[in-house]
Amino acid sequence: MSNAPVTARPIEELESVVIRFVGDSGDGMQLTGTEFSKAVAKAGHGFVTHPDYPSEIRAPTGTLYGVSGYQIQYSSGQVFTSGDAPDVLVAMNPAALKTNLPDVKRGGILIVNSSAFTPGNLEKAKYESNPLTDGSLQGYRLYPIDISTLTAGALQDSGLGKKEVGMCKNYFSLGLMMCLYNRPVDKEIGDIEKKFAKKPQIAAANIAAFRAGYAYAEATEMFAVSYQMRESAVKPGKYRSISGNTATALGFVAASELSGVPLFIGSYPITPATEILQELSGLKHYNVTSFQAEDEIAGICSTIGAAYGGSLGLTTTSGPGMALKTEAMGLATILEIPMVIVDVQRAGPCTGIPTKTEQSDLLQAVYGRNGECPIPVIAANSPADCFDATLEACRIAVKYMTPVILLTEGGIGQATEPWLIPDVASLPKMEVKYRTDPKDFKPYARDENLARAWVRPGTPGMEHRIGGLEKDALTGNISSEPLNHQLMCETRAAKVAGIAKDFPPLKVEGPAQGELLMIGWGSTYGSLASAWQKANAAGKSVAFVHLRHLNPLPSDLGDIIGRYKKILVPETNLGQLSRLLRERYLRDVIQLNKVQGKPLRVTEIYDRILELC
Amino acid sequence: MMNMTAETTIQNLTKKDFESGLDVRWCPGCGDYAVLSQITKLMPKLGIPRENYAFVSGIGCSSRFPYYVNTYGLHTIHGRAPAIASGLKLARPELSVWVVTGDGDALAIGGNHFIHAIRRNMGLKIILLNNRIYGLTKGQYSPTSEMGKKTKTTPLGNIDRPFSPVALALGAGATFVARAIDGDQAMMATILERAAKHEGTAFVEVLQNCVVFNDGAFDRLSDKATRDDTRLVLEHGKPLIFGKERNKGIRLNGMDTEVVTIGENGVTTADILVHNENAAHSGLAFSLGQFEAPDFPMPFGVFRSVDKPSYQSLSLQLTESARAARGRGDLGKLLNSGETWTIK
Repeated sequence: MSNAPVTARPIEELESVVIRFVGDSGDGMQLTGTEFSKAVAKAGHGFVTHPDYPSEIRAPTGTLYGVSGYQIQYSSGQVFTSGDAPDVLVAMNPAALKTNLPDVKRGGILIVNSSAFTPGNLEKAKYESNPLTDGSLQGYRLYPIDISTLTAGALQDSGLGKKEVGMCKNYFSLGLMMCLYNRPVDKEIGDIEKKFAKKPQIAAANIAAFRAGYAYAEATEMFAVSYQMRESAVKPGKYRSISGNTATALGFVAASELSGVPLFIGSYPITPATEILQELSGLKHYNVTSFQAEDEIAGICSTIGAAYGGSLGLTTTSGPGMALKTEAMGLATILEIPMVIVDVQRAGPCTGIPTKTEQSDLLQAVYGRNGECPIPVIAANSPADCFDATLEACRIAVKYMTPVILLTEGGIGQATEPWLIPDVASLPKMEVKYRTDPKDFKPYARDENLARAWVRPGTPGMEHRIGGLEKDALTGNISSEPLNHQLMCETRAAKVAGIAKDFPPLKVEGPAQGELLMIGWGSTYGSLASAWQKANAAGKSVAFVHLRHLNPLPSDLGDIIGRYKKILVPETNLGQLSRLLRERYLRDVIQLNKVQGKPLRVTEIYDRILELC
Repeated sequence: MMNMTAETTIQNLTKKDFESGLDVRWCPGCGDYAVLSQITKLMPKLGIPRENYAFVSGIGCSSRFPYYVNTYGLHTIHGRAPAIASGLKLARPELSVWVVTGDGDALAIGGNHFIHAIRRNMGLKIILLNNRIYGLTKGQYSPTSEMGKKTKTTPLGNIDRPFSPVALALGAGATFVARAIDGDQAMMATILERAAKHEGTAFVEVLQNCVVFNDGAFDRLSDKATRDDTRLVLEHGKPLIFGKERNKGIRLNGMDTEVVTIGENGVTTADILVHNENAAHSGLAFSLGQFEAPDFPMPFGVFRSVDKPSYQSLSLQLTESARAARGRGDLGKLLNSGETWTIK
């Protein structure tokens, strides 16, 4: 490929590296990032990705708000987050450089498409002078590369027009990065051929651009150092790369297959949850019925109808849609039928910032309904964990005959990480029995878990009528009798509270008692675990517990909290879990809150730990 | 054995078997009683096992309906019955799923679900009890209340233009649309039976008298003395003729419909439009759906009945073809799909 002597490029060994690709939303940065992470995955590294893109499909080119990015952290060992500060920023235009530079590590590498630094683009990015030449980037290792011109040069015989050639430049940068990080090229070339099989001319052009980028990095002396990841130390087994939303979809199919209960999904498309509906719509050869409803309300209502009919019900949404589903959640609660509401949270309130992540629907999930309306709430803590969290949500729903809210987040729904594929035989069994015996049947008679029976319409001799009006504690007939209502409210509350008896003991990392306990939930797991590891390595007395169940809270949490002097609760909201903990345990907690549509950084948590112990 | 039991159950059923025995809590004289009576009378005739009926309703006087029928019943939330029933029908296509709703429930708070259930041709029987008033909240105007009507929220008269439920359903692409009235049980029975046998969405509007808040709203359509002149009974393949003397008819004038008198101005029976339930387009039915007193007679009967594949049958076909093409899904294969790699 190149005659440059390879030995001329010293290779540096790395523990982990964070790379961020940024450009216009039409520049193909999501593709570049995905392809790079695939190469990393195949090498057996641990990784976590974080796609970060604007709400606009194609914002005007060159603008600050049209910047789209894709970040990956990979490592020889386990990776918990997509990384705090990029070691390397690949920026395709001035706007991308401007919006992302503040995040880059001091002394980090900037690979910049210098051909895009035209006066017009500089103005759009609100640069008064060209940062590539005005000395403002002195603190970084800057590599301005004329990517557009180099790509065009490589493709001069391709027969493609100017526009198509322009679209190949993301493959040039991918080739460059693959070389810089010593990734093999053959597999990627095969992938490009496959991806563009129907457009051989485009495939050839992209391959040429990719090779040109690789060759450029290999030949030029611009990169004094190349990087090599240490031998991988990830757990052995068969892996695939999975996003949180795909893992959620697969979790529901698994729950359906394990229980033998058909799955019904009734949903309305909403960012960042839509992929679950899309994924399941393509799996009709499993026991899956998918229904794109006319609105969020119809999404949950059709699901209630299907669950009443004997299906495992699923509706997926994000914050604003969750708000619309509120009344129907009350119906599912009073009907006591099994279904799961997945809320892939995003920055709110109202429409908020649809493509940015946040953990701000927790209180809505726990409390946001009229009347005394308890619903179990659980949360997933990483993309792959969405699979396990889904199985747990389904287990609770069918065992206790209740709607369950599963909280994930845009930051994990759309991010990817390697998933150690479970063996089907190792998955938990899920036994479901519809009641078919009409003898002494009372619709609201309960078992030892306070769950009522699941009776499918179509079962002879058990015809009965139920609804959203308060009902008699046994017959289910309408009742507004005062003591019966109190009994029903208390029974519904006791049923949900009783779910905690199934929870395994909480896993506390670090000292069993001491100075500081950090409590987290959801997507912050990665940052919290990394910060805890770092603090622990630095000899700090800090413990860490991460919650799967938010309602009811685990019964051993109170004891655990009592064993530490200070409690730190980092969240990407203004203190919602903090409120729940104070209310439940009458203990003050120290909040660490961030609502910027971005994940918490490891350093932000680590610095706070250092201040506290 | 199971089949025999099922057959015996079906054969022996009577109207009484479909009555839940719960005290019916509609006001004495309410038009809803007539509908309940006709539906429970019809059910044993349809050859459907009792357990395979499901009644779904929303909120309002009409929505109490499921409690009074001895089948599976779900009394849900305001306006959402068509959405809930759609999920049930889709999950369990073998069930006969009925939605009983009202003018507020279906057309105001639930308008969106109403039109989309119809658009999809979901196999639901939607019975809309239209009394042109809010009864349960005690007398506010509804989306079908006439202009100028004085109600508790329109003390100076209604300025909110009403819907014709029939025209709305037709506009949404309904494949079966009919109108009945509580005072004519024989006609209601025929219409309900046809609705029950329709594969897609069957929509029936029943004009129903609210004795407390809108009493007498349909008197001129019910009274034997006036009804021949105020009603137009639709019969497939027959001319649109009405009136005590059977001398009034509907004629097409350009793209518009008009009332003419046979024997006057040279009008003969041959000039009168012949009703066609199965027309390729619903234009004429839509026109009939907008007829209102005093200029036009109120049409009753089946406006439109066409066969189109129902949503649930298309959904089943998708499942079958997906399984034929790819085989019944295997969980292990699914979990291991996409690009995988092994770490030793």
